[in-house]
Amino acid sequence: MSALIPLADVAYVEPWWMQILKSIVIFLVGLQILPIMIVAERKILGRLQNRYGPNRVGPFGALQPMAEIVKFATKEQFRPRTAIGWLFAFAPVISILTAVAALAIVPFGDTADIFGTKTGLYGIDVSIGPLYLFAFSAVAFYGIMLGGWASGSKYSFLGSMRAAAQLISYEVSQGLALVGVLMTAQTLSLVGIVHAQAGMWYIVPQVVGFIIFLVAGFAETNRPPFDLVEADAELVQGYMTEYGGTRMVAYLFAEYLNVFVISLVVTTVYLGGWLLPFGIDPPTWVDPFVVLFKMSLFIFFFFWIRATLPRLRYDQLMSLGWKVLLPLATLNTLVTAVILVAAY
Amino acid sequence: MPWTPGDDVIAVQRAPQPGGAGGVYRAFGETLRGLKTTFARIPEGPTTLQYPEEKTPVYPRFRGRHRLHRFADTGLEKCVGCSLCAAACPADCIRVVAAENTPENRVSAGERYAAVYEINLSRCIFCGYCEVACPFDAITMGNDYEMSDYHRPDLIFTKEMLLAEPFERTPLRAEGE
Repeated sequence: MSALIPLADVAYVEPWWMQILKSIVIFLVGLQILPIMIVAERKILGRLQNRYGPNRVGPFGALQPMAEIVKFATKEQFRPRTAIGWLFAFAPVISILTAVAALAIVPFGDTADIFGTKTGLYGIDVSIGPLYLFAFSAVAFYGIMLGGWASGSKYSFLGSMRAAAQLISYEVSQGLALVGVLMTAQTLSLVGIVHAQAGMWYIVPQVVGFIIFLVAGFAETNRPPFDLVEADAELVQGYMTEYGGTRMVAYLFAEYLNVFVISLVVTTVYLGGWLLPFGIDPPTWVDPFVVLFKMSLFIFFFFWIRATLPRLRYDQLMSLGWKVLLPLATLNTLVTAVILVAAY
Repeated sequence: MPWTPGDDVIAVQRAPQPGGAGGVYRAFGETLRGLKTTFARIPEGPTTLQYPEEKTPVYPRFRGRHRLHRFADTGLEKCVGCSLCAAACPADCIRVVAAENTPENRVSAGERYAAVYEINLSRCIFCGYCEVACPFDAITMGNDYEMSDYHRPDLIFTKEMLLAEPFERTPLRAEGE
C-alpha cells in the first residue's frame, strides 16, 4: 500500500445541503437522547436498588428532565471572586463542543438513497476516524481542567488535577486497545471498520481489547467507578464545585454526551455497528435503529456498573491504569500483530 | 487462653486476595458477581411505598394523634374534666377547663365535663401518659400520624377536632403481620 493512497475513500460526493441537513439531524438526535438517558439512568438505577426512581413528573416520570432543566435555568449565575471570568464561562463550552464534535464521525448506517442523492448515514467518513476521536477526547480534558483551574477554588483545582491524571492514564490504554482493531480491519475509517466486521464482530477476536476499551471508556467519561474526579465525599463536586445553574448543566450534559459517544464508538468498533448477525440484511433505514439499540445496551451497562461498583481509591485507579490495563493492551496489540503476520 | 467465639462467629465477606495476575482475575470475577447481585434486584421489584397514595400501616398499639371518645349508646362524652391527663403530661401540652353539667345541658356522664379540652400537638411527645392517666378511657392515642401543618396555631387541637372521626383512616397492620 503506497503512502499516497488515503486509508479510506469516500467514493461519492454529497451535496452541501445534505451535509448541513445531516449535521442538524445528528445533533438533534444527540440532544434528544440526553433527557431520555438521564431519566432512564435514574429509573434503572432505582430498579437496581429495589426502588422506583422518578415517577411523579409526567407519565412514569418522563418529564423529570424538563422539570430539572427549568429548575437549573432559573438559578442564579454566580462565580467566586477568585475565578477567572471568561475562562470560567468558556470551560463548559469546550466540554460540550468536544463531545458533540465526536458525534460527527460515528456511523449510524450504510449509504442510503435520500432525496435522490447517495448519502451516508453518518456525519462524515474520515480517513482518520479513531485519531479524530482521541484528539477530541484530549481536548475535552481542557474543558474540565480549565473549569477547575479558573474556578479559583482548591476543591475544583484538586478535582481537575485528578481528572488530568486519570484522562491521560486511561487514554493510553484506550488507544492501544484500539490498535488491535485497526490492524485487523486495516483501515482507520469507522465505516470501513464496520464493513470489515461483516464476517465476525470484533468483540470475538478482540475480546481483551474490548474489555480494556470499555474500562478505559468508563474512566474517560468520569463515570462510576472512576468518578473520583467529582468524588463528592472528599472533593464536594470536583471541578464542578463552583459551577451552578446552566453552567453546571453544561458539564452534566457533556458527561452524558460522552457516555453516549463512547457507547456509540464501542458499538461501531467492537459490535459491528449497524450489522446484524446470522446474515440478516435489513433495508438501510433500519441501520440507525440497530446502532441505537446496541448503543442502549452499553448505556444500560454504564448504569448497571454505577449501581454495582464502589468508587476506586486514587492509587487503585492509577495502578489499574498503568499496571493492568496498559500491559494488557500492549500484549493484546502484540499478539494481534503476531497472529496477523503469521496468517498472511 | 485463646478466646473461642463459638456459635456467635459471623462470617465476613472479604475482598478478593490482591496481587499479580491472579488478583486481576479474582477482582474481575468478583466484579461479575457484584453485577449479578445488583441485577437480581430488578426482578424482585421495588419495595417502595408510594406514600401519599399508599400509607404505611401501623400496629394496633401505635401512638398517633389523640382521640376523645363518647359513649356509643348515649352519645355523652366520656371525659369528665378531671385534668388528670394534664397533670400526667410531661410536655404540659394539655389544657382542660372543666364546667358543671346541668340537667338542661348534659355533656358528659359524670358531674362535670370539659368545657375546654385542647392538646397542643406541636408540644406533644406522644408518650401516651394521658391515656394511662385517664380513669374513664376518654382519651386514647389514635392511629393517625399525618399531622403536619403550615401554621403552629393550627396544631392546637380543640375538643371538637379530637372528638371527630379522622378524615382519612390510617391503615392498620393485620394481626401477626
